[in-house]
This record gives sequence, C-alpha cells and structure tokens, in this order.
Amino acid sequence: MAGCACKNLDKQPLPYEKLDEIIVRYKGDPSAIIPILQDIQESLGYIPKESISYSAEKLGVSPAKIYGIVTFYAQFRMTPKGKHSIMVCEGTACHVNGAKGLGNAITDELGIRGGETTGDKLFTLEYVACVGCCSLAPVIVVDGEVHANMTPEKVRKVLKQYRGNGKDEEN
Amino acid sequence: MSHRRILFCAGTGCISSGALKTRDALVSELEKRGIRDQYEVVLSGCHGFCEQGPLLIVHPEDTFYCGVQPEDMAELIDEYLLNGRVVERLLYKDPVTGERTSDHMKIGFYAKQKRLVLHNCGVIDPENINEYIGTKGYEALKAALKMERTAIIDEVKRSGLRGRGGAGFPTGMKWEFTFKTPGDKKYIVCNADEGDPGAFMDRSVLEGDPHAVLEGMIIAGYAIGADEGYVYVRAEYPLAVKRLRIAITQAEEFGFLGSNIMGTGFNFKINIKEGAGAFVCGEETALLASIEGERGMPRPRPPFPAISGLWGKPTCLNNVETFANIPLIIREGADSFASVGTERSKGTKIFALTGKINNTGLAEVPMGMTMREIIFDIGGGIRDGKQFKAVQIGGPSGGCLPAELLDLPIDYDSLTQAGAMMGSGGLVVMDENTCMVDLARYFLTFTQNESCGKCTPCREGTKRMLEALERITEGKGESGDIPMLEELANSIKDSSLCGLGQTAPNPILSTLRYFRHEYEEHILEGKCSAGVCRNLVTYHIDAEKCTGCRACTRVCPVEAITGDKKQPHEINIQVCIKCGACMEKCKFDAVILK
Ligand SMILES: Cc1cc2nc3c(=O)[nH]c(=O)nc-3n(C[C@H](O)[C@H](O)[C@H](O)COP(=O)(O)O)c2cc1C
Ligand code: FES
Repeated sequence: MAGCACKNLDKQPLPYEKLDEIIVRYKGDPSAIIPILQDIQESLGYIPKESISYSAEKLGVSPAKIYGIVTFYAQFRMTPKGKHSIMVCEGTACHVNGAKGLGNAITDELGIRGGETTGDKLFTLEYVACVGCCSLAPVIVVDGEVHANMTPEKVRKVLKQYRGNGKDEEN
Repeated sequence: MSHRRILFCAGTGCISSGALKTRDALVSELEKRGIRDQYEVVLSGCHGFCEQGPLLIVHPEDTFYCGVQPEDMAELIDEYLLNGRVVERLLYKDPVTGERTSDHMKIGFYAKQKRLVLHNCGVIDPENINEYIGTKGYEALKAALKMERTAIIDEVKRSGLRGRGGAGFPTGMKWEFTFKTPGDKKYIVCNADEGDPGAFMDRSVLEGDPHAVLEGMIIAGYAIGADEGYVYVRAEYPLAVKRLRIAITQAEEFGFLGSNIMGTGFNFKINIKEGAGAFVCGEETALLASIEGERGMPRPRPPFPAISGLWGKPTCLNNVETFANIPLIIREGADSFASVGTERSKGTKIFALTGKINNTGLAEVPMGMTMREIIFDIGGGIRDGKQFKAVQIGGPSGGCLPAELLDLPIDYDSLTQAGAMMGSGGLVVMDENTCMVDLARYFLTFTQNESCGKCTPCREGTKRMLEALERITEGKGESGDIPMLEELANSIKDSSLCGLGQTAPNPILSTLRYFRHEYEEHILEGKCSAGVCRNLVTYHIDAEKCTGCRACTRVCPVEAITGDKKQPHEINIQVCIKCGACMEKCKFDAVILK
C-alpha cells in the first residue's frame, strides 16, 4: 500500500464554532446525541476523534458513551471520505441480481474493499443494505446518484466517468 | 384547451430513472410554445410500477405513458397534448401479447390490485395538503374527534386490522392496552425504520401520501390519550423525511396538528427522528432506546411499550402502513374494511415485488390472494422465460416458499404455518439460477452483521451457523453440518432475547425444509446446480455455440480465454477467476457452467 494516509488527516484544528453551533441547535440536550452526531458528520464529512471528547464535555456525558454510539450505528464514520462516495447495494433484490459481481469489479478496479478509501482519496467504497430502488436492481449509488441495472462492465464505465471528472477538476 | 394536469411519478425509483430531467424537459418545451400556464405539472409519489419508470400520466383522461425520456417531450406535446393523437410507442406494451394500452387499469400489474392504502400514491401531490384534503383527507380525524375514545378503539378492534410491521399483532388491542395504562404522559411512535433489505412500501407511503400516516397517528393519539408522537425514519430515506417535514408543517398550519386541534382542546405534536443505520432499531424496544439517544439495543419484554415505553411512559408503537390504514377504517367503517381479506387477516397488504420478476414494483392486494396471482398475474411472471424456483417473503426474518405452495392463499397465519412470515411484505422472487444455500448464507451474513451482541445465542449462534453455511458454499461442507445447523437454529430461535435472533434461523430452516437436496448436493457431490457458488463451478465454452467473435477475450480481466478469430474459444480454468464477465458479454449463450 502507498504511504500512510493518516499524516494529512486530523491535523486541521477542529472547527469549534461549528460544533458549538450544532450543540446549541439541540440546546445541549444529551438525549439528542444521535442528531448532533448526524449534523457533525453532515458538516465535516466524518466524526473526528477530538469532536467526541469535545461534545462529551459540552453535553455532560462521558466520551465512552458517545464513542459507544458512534461505533454502534453504521452511519457514523471516524475517517474522512474520499471525494466520491460509492455505495454498492447489498440488499436482497440486488443480491439475487448479481450485486456481488459489482463489488468485485470495483475492488478489482480501485483496489479497495468496503469501508476503504483509495490512496489518491478519490473514492470511498461502502456496502449498504437496500437503498429502496429494488426495482432497478442491482444498483450502485455514486455521490447520491443512483445507477440502475448495473453489470460489472457498466460499473467500470461509471468509475471511468468519475475518475475523468475528478482529475479534470483537480488539474 | 381546458386546464390539464400532468403527473410525473417522483418516487425514488422513477427519480433514479430520470423523472426530474424529463419533467424539466416537458416544462421547457411547454414554455417554448407559450402554453405553460394551461398545464399543471405535478410531481406525485410512487405509482408502484417502478419497472416501467419514469411514468407520466395525463389527466383528466388518465393516459398512462411509461419510460418517458426528455427527448420524447416535444413529440408528446405536439402529438398528444395539442392534437390528441396518442404517442403509441410510449404506451405500456404487454410483454406477452405485445399489445399497447393507454388505460393503466387494463395493465395486468394494476388490474388485480386493490389500492386502498395506496389510493393517493401517484395521484396527488404529496407536498400539497389541499390535494390530500381533496380526496377526503382529514375527514376521518374530524369524525374521530367527535367520537368517544373507546368507540374509536372498538372500531379499530372490530376492523380486524393487524400490525403491518412484522408479527401481525391486533392493532386495536395494542391501542386498548396503551389506553388503559394509567399515566399523564403517553406517546405514539411510528416505526418507519423499514430495515428489511428488499422492501420499500413504507418509504413509498411516506413519500406518496405522508398525510395519511400523520392522520392515523393523530387519531391514535386522541384515542389513547397521547399528546406527542415520533416518526422514526430510516437514515437512507432522505426524500421521505423531506416530505414528512413539509406535511407536518402544513398540517400545523391547517390546525390538524398542534394545540387545540380543530377547537376540541386536544393537543398533539409530531417529531421526526432519523435513524442512523442499524437493522435492530426496527425492533420496538431498540427503536425506543435509539429515540432516547442510546445505543439501539433491545431489552426483554415484558414490560411491553404499552406499559413502559419511551422514557418509561406508556407508548403505542405501530408501523407506517398500519397507521395509513386508520383513516380508511374510521372514514369507511370497520365493516367495510373487514369485508376485504380472509377470516383472520383483514384488509389489504402492500408487497414489494423484486428479484427475477418481470414487473418489479409495489402492489397492494387483498389478504388471501395466492402467490401465483401476485407473481404471475401482477408480477408478469419470471424474467427471461426462466423457471420459478422460490419466493422469499419477510426478508431476513422470513422464509422461502417453493413452487408447490404457489396456490397458498397468503395471510399472516398461512405464512407462519409454511415456515415464512409476512414481515414487512418484501417478496423477492428467485429463479433456477438462484442457489438456495447461498441465499441462506446471504441472509445469515446480514443478521450476523446486524446482531447487536447483547445476548449470547444470537451473537455467537449466528456466527456458528454462518461459518457452516460458508463452509458448505465453498465446497467444504461436512455430512454433520445439516443436523448441526438444524439443532443450532432451533435453539437460537428459542433462546434469543429479541425478534432478530428469534427469527434469524428462519431462512435456514425454511430452505432446509423445502430445498434440503440443494444442501446435500453441495456437501455430498460438491456441486451447485444453480451455478452460483464460485468454488463449485467452472466456466467453459460450448464449442458448438461459440462463433469466435472474440467479445469474451476482450472483457476477460485475466486473459484466461484463448482462441483464433472465428474459431471456438477455450477458457483456461487454471487462470480463470470466475468473474463471469465473459458469460455476461457473450451474445450466443456459449459460456456455460459445469
Ligand atoms: C429485528 C427486527 C426488526 C424489525 N424491523 C421493523 C421495521 O423495520 N419496521 C417495522 O414496522 N417493524 C419492524 N419490526 C417489528 C417491530 O418490533 C414492531 O413489532 C412493529 O413495528 C409494531 O408495529 P405493528 O404492530 O403496526 O406491526 C422489527 C422487529 C424485529 C425483531
Ligand atoms: S435491494 Fe438494492 S435497492 Fe433494495
């Protein structure tokens, strides 16, 4: 694997004002931990480790409690996402229509498995159980856009598109 | 020309197939012709026939177009809207007879349905409360507020309505328990977690007719004496959340929600809680813990939520579809409701048809319809002319039904007897190319992953069962695996803390019951006839069918295929990684599995 990716992460200082704003929005109510975390993730893209202890102090609960919640729910992630997020649906309808092949094709192309991000931070791959488009199975969702009736070959084409775009914008 | 109404289905399915782009194209074409103001262009909720999306319906004549693309809009306006000539090529085409029809009630998919709960879905604009009111919306609430509380509960009891979220518990009884529990604060909770992967009826109801769910909740609140409610919605359903929010605001503006509702002194408010991605949170006690801001872990019952629920207060928790049935029962009466269905299961049920079936989508049918009618008449049969093998009903907690049971009338009790369960109503149809052992492995992977870990039988037991299934699908099964699976499954069923563990063994037990030979074939003969289990199949090329077109050699990622142009090719099974790309690419069905 390429050099350790963590050196660039978590180095930026936490945007404390943003965290405060979110916590104030819920009046510092400890029973609102889940929506607070959802808003933090929405705003920062992930839940930085330091934000856990910071919110714990503000809400008057232990960091362990918040950590417990973050790790319990599949929605929360503690590492930043790549530029494009790919979700492969693993729901039943997608499974019987060949979702496995789609995941394999992506792993083949990008060298990442579920939950991982490519070395160039372009793609994050995640598996989800049903995105509610079962009638278009199998589907993948890239940056919120549903790509329906996929085959491994079509998946490769979709990736190429995003790869192209990603590079264009960066150069 | 008089004012006409053009409805675009804007359910998640149709939006994914590009409905919004087509809508934009229509609007801009109308503008170009300077006739935009003569047409009302509306986005509706899901119409159910997702397979044929994007869908477009023109009222008042109710002409049904499907698969409409942006580039079709100019023709649709010039030919149909302005000159009344139907655009044949955009009409639904019957896959069997090849006939086209503009009347959607003549399409097999709709003809046998009984759309009571879904009557507004795909017909009204879900973001406009006036349209809901225009179809008798909130009339049931008005009537209920003039009734005695116990009379409402009796009406629901008499209707025979059973919970649509899983176990089919009689709704009226649940309301009565919560009503009778003393307490100055009570809650109503709507379970919109819809965790079964492969089911999307709750999502469609929320997206297509959110006020029906709110109305049901408000009536429940009044009947049991609650002044606050929560809707717990799955994180993956942003559109449903958005439409619910709009509906709540509008209902408050119109005085159907909030304080002193319609001048009766009754107060009720509804909050939305978004889930955070955990299947077990669909279980009622876990769901309540999650609303309270805890890890979503179930707790033993009793006490049931009706006695001690949210923050220890009496709580009545029902599913989305259950609440959506309530306005209907109050408005039309319990007798009318109970005239549909079977002896012990009344009313209709919405099923999500998916898998290897021609017409995927949502279908609402009377309880007691047979699986054959649902799959073949409504669902249009199996894709690509293949053989029906089984249908999985009830998701990871349910079981499969084989072809022999196609004529079984479907209701709560008949399904339980057959080893499946109604569950949410997800129907995943499978054909000869589905491996039933792999299917059981798939569901176990899901439940194992989602097990919260609180109780040992579920945490450890699902792991052991999954290991055995993985062994079998990898061709390393042992003859003792089947009895071991059976024994484990039965004890996990009996000893788990919550419904997740208690039902996790169902997919194994039901596949063992109906497809035991497939397990035996994997273990004893090292064979997977469906050709799914990778370790047990090899790819070959049928020299008779191969034309030597080279298409497969170009897609093979490991260059395992060799052969000269126009000569039959060969696959080197030593190199082949069994990705299936060649099979998918071959136009001549020359790639075969052995
Ligand atoms: C693991 C598990 C998951 C469940 N998921 C759901 C769900 O997604 N939606 C739902 O309405 N009920 C679900 N249930 C059933 C609920 O616990 C509860 O019985 C139901 O919501 C009650 O509503 P009803 O009486 O209207 O059916 C689940 C149960 C278990 C054990
Ligand atoms: S199973 Fe993939 S969208 Fe539902």
